Amino acid sequence: MIEALLPSPMLLLTFSGVANWSVGFFTTVAILGIAVLGLNIQWGYTGVLNFGVAAFLMVGAYATALLTLPPASDFQAYQLGLELPVWVGWIGGAVAGGLLAFIIGLPTLRLRRDFLAIATIGVAAILRTIANTAEGFVNRARGLNGIPRFLGDSFDSSDYKWVLLVTTVVALLLCYLLVQAVTASPWGRVLRAVRDNEDTAQAAGKATVPFRMQSFVLGGALMGFAGALWAHRVGTIAPDAFSDLFGTFFIWTMLIVGGSGNHMGAVAGSVVVGLFWFGTPLIQEDLPQALGSQVLVLRQFAIGLLVVLAVLLMPKGLFPEQARVSRFAPAPPPTGWRARLRIRRSEA
Amino acid sequence: MSALLEVVGLSAGYGGVQIVHEASISVSQGEIVTIIGPNGAGKSTFLKAIFGAIRPTAGRVMLDGRDVSGLSANQMVAAGAGFVPQTENVFPSLTIRENLEMGAYRRKGGVNERIDELLARFPELARRPGETASRLSGGQRQALAMCRALMLEPRVLLLDEPTAALSPIMREEIFQQIQAIRDSGVAVLMVEQNAREALAISDRGYVLVAGRNALEQSGREMLDNPEVGRLFLGRIEADAGASPSANAEA
Amino acid sequence: MLDLAQLVIVGLVVGAIIGLGAMGLTLSYGIMKFANFAHGDMMSLGMFLAYAAVTTFGTGALGPFSVGWAMIPALLLAMLGVGALAAGVDQVVYRPLRRRGSSTISMAIASLGIAIMVRALIQMEWGPSPVRYASGINRAWTLPGDLKIRPDQVLIIAAMLIVAVAVYLLLFKTRLGKAMRATSDNAALAEISGIDTERIRASTWVIAGGLIAVAGVMFGIQSQLKFDAGFEFLLPMFAAVILGGIGNPWGALVGGLIVGISQETSTYWIPTGYKTAVPFVLLTIMLVVRPRGLFGSTV
Repeated sequence: MIEALLPSPMLLLTFSGVANWSVGFFTTVAILGIAVLGLNIQWGYTGVLNFGVAAFLMVGAYATALLTLPPASDFQAYQLGLELPVWVGWIGGAVAGGLLAFIIGLPTLRLRRDFLAIATIGVAAILRTIANTAEGFVNRARGLNGIPRFLGDSFDSSDYKWVLLVTTVVALLLCYLLVQAVTASPWGRVLRAVRDNEDTAQAAGKATVPFRMQSFVLGGALMGFAGALWAHRVGTIAPDAFSDLFGTFFIWTMLIVGGSGNHMGAVAGSVVVGLFWFGTPLIQEDLPQALGSQVLVLRQFAIGLLVVLAVLLMPKGLFPEQARVSRFAPAPPPTGWRARLRIRRSEA
Repeated sequence: MSALLEVVGLSAGYGGVQIVHEASISVSQGEIVTIIGPNGAGKSTFLKAIFGAIRPTAGRVMLDGRDVSGLSANQMVAAGAGFVPQTENVFPSLTIRENLEMGAYRRKGGVNERIDELLARFPELARRPGETASRLSGGQRQALAMCRALMLEPRVLLLDEPTAALSPIMREEIFQQIQAIRDSGVAVLMVEQNAREALAISDRGYVLVAGRNALEQSGREMLDNPEVGRLFLGRIEADAGASPSANAEA
Repeated sequence: MLDLAQLVIVGLVVGAIIGLGAMGLTLSYGIMKFANFAHGDMMSLGMFLAYAAVTTFGTGALGPFSVGWAMIPALLLAMLGVGALAAGVDQVVYRPLRRRGSSTISMAIASLGIAIMVRALIQMEWGPSPVRYASGINRAWTLPGDLKIRPDQVLIIAAMLIVAVAVYLLLFKTRLGKAMRATSDNAALAEISGIDTERIRASTWVIAGGLIAVAGVMFGIQSQLKFDAGFEFLLPMFAAVILGGIGNPWGALVGGLIVGISQETSTYWIPTGYKTAVPFVLLTIMLVVRPRGLFGSTV
């Protein structure tokens, strides 16, 4: 599915080629960035290890599709089809993501981390299987086509991509402000305490499971919202598009590279990894023949390598979270390459 | 007589928090040495750092004239030392026999003979060598743990609170076994909370306070020392005016 | 009833493969203490390494089986290859993380990266199209009650039994095996006893790699080889491991059989499309209801 968005490298030879490609690129990255923000709330801020991100993207995408498509026809068999406005679908996607988080979270959030991770992979697989198999539910493996565009009727094709770009970037911005506000609040502090030391937080009188559930639901809602945006951007969705590789691993790579526990890092990670993933086919011409023909597989290899290197070399990602003991205590000496760079510059 | 085990200026801690501050002890051949002190004084940490179960940040450890500072735990076993931790000191899913075999992992031959030799001292264990260790009582586990550490005939045996959580009868038996171990030619260094009983069988004792040496005396002297008695041995001081004459030797 | 019995036979074979793979996974989970998500792709690697060997040595079939004598050295080479790679990855990735005191979650995430890398390498080397060890039909034997079983399937079940005995002998009759069990119980105590636990871990990776290679080859014998075939077994293998109790190889084997038989016999009652969800449902239920597994775990 993501391959469908790749332009031919030849297009980039012109300025308009670059512009066109960038618009598409940033639209995609903005949508994925929202999902990464959601994962950051779950893992970076609360320590909930969700390896089933694909499931949340999928329910968000399908929720909005079922809400905004016209009633089922002979060509596609599915439920609902209420032909509601697109923005309603988006809300529906967020709600679906949050609801899924709640349902999964009830039995699993109290599990230890690696068990929760395995359980979430299992849930994603179960949901994919149901989507692929159930008759008349979501049109099985054939998927759903013709998902309406947001404001698609008001603009003609050549301008539409700009509309989409602006819409998704605004959405990303709103989500960013939301999570920033939420984590700076007292609720956010408890979240960090739960992540860093469950025992201490419990001793301080905070029941930790409700907090993990709240963060899980918020993260799930963001992912569902991202999935919904995605559905309207591409117009066609199918269960296998939400594979573990693209739906889950890709988002995780963005979070790890960007640095968890930090919203700016989450967004930066999505840009960096996105650039890497969508940019490598463009240099296909420059690579030696043997590699060039394999570039699509090669970049999968490179993504895997990127994650391993990130874990080995930068366990805190590109933007490490600054440890804050208390706003009354003096700031600890800065760590990380940006701070060291700043110090070195000031000494020069 | 030169010391068998010589520890000089050892410092150690966990994750940036220093617990032991330049502590020193020595143990000579044929000795039983006990380290006592208040709770949280770092006695266990000290013992673990000597053995290499945790990494010391400073100091030197000499065993039998050889510098063994910084060796890992499994290397210390090869060098002739044995260690029995306070808790989780047996392999629960392995049998008694298998536990002992693990103690002799570094040796290929003569293992069965050594096992029989050690089990002979502990009829409780000898009766059912195929029993899984998780089913043993506290005292039996402690005995098994000590045997495991003795499998390779170490020159010195380090024990971390060997009688913790044991009944008085078991405590006495363990202390008797410790003396038997010393008599068989193995020097013993132990950390103990049951200070009086431990000092009663010790040749020498050290007091560790807040991770530092506070006192070193012979076992007898330490037992009779009123200050030590008041602080650690639970003795009620009859004469409140008596002034302690503790000699603090570093 | 006949259909159900036939499904049980199929389930037994699938279960044997899952169980074989799960044995290695449970050993590594029990000793390294982290969930190795690369285990499925190691299975793929094993089956493809044997493929490379078999196409070099000769694909002639032997008797009623679809593979010939060439499969024996091919299998050994696959076991060595995967074992060596697993040990190599440990040296380069997991051991530095251990030394640094990294959490087991970091190791699990790193293993995801390794999985992707191995899968991509397989795809680069052998392409996206499926291949087979041998062409031709494997004629089924007929058992009493009109049940059918292919000779290959008997081979797989036999392999499972042989491996089970071998693992038993290893863990209970050899020094190394006992040290592995000891390290799984309490690695710090093992070190204190004089065991070099890093050597034990390296050996565990080699053994786990060998076991998963066998599973991969067994799968390949009765199916076609695709670069993502092993990954599809990852969750069923985890289900078997959790069912049997982490660190318990017999549990993993029995767990594998339970998963396989449940998966195949489920089609008697529910549409076939859902059968791949059965292991995941079993897995989720086990994690929520009884994470220690049916037979107790060491983790």
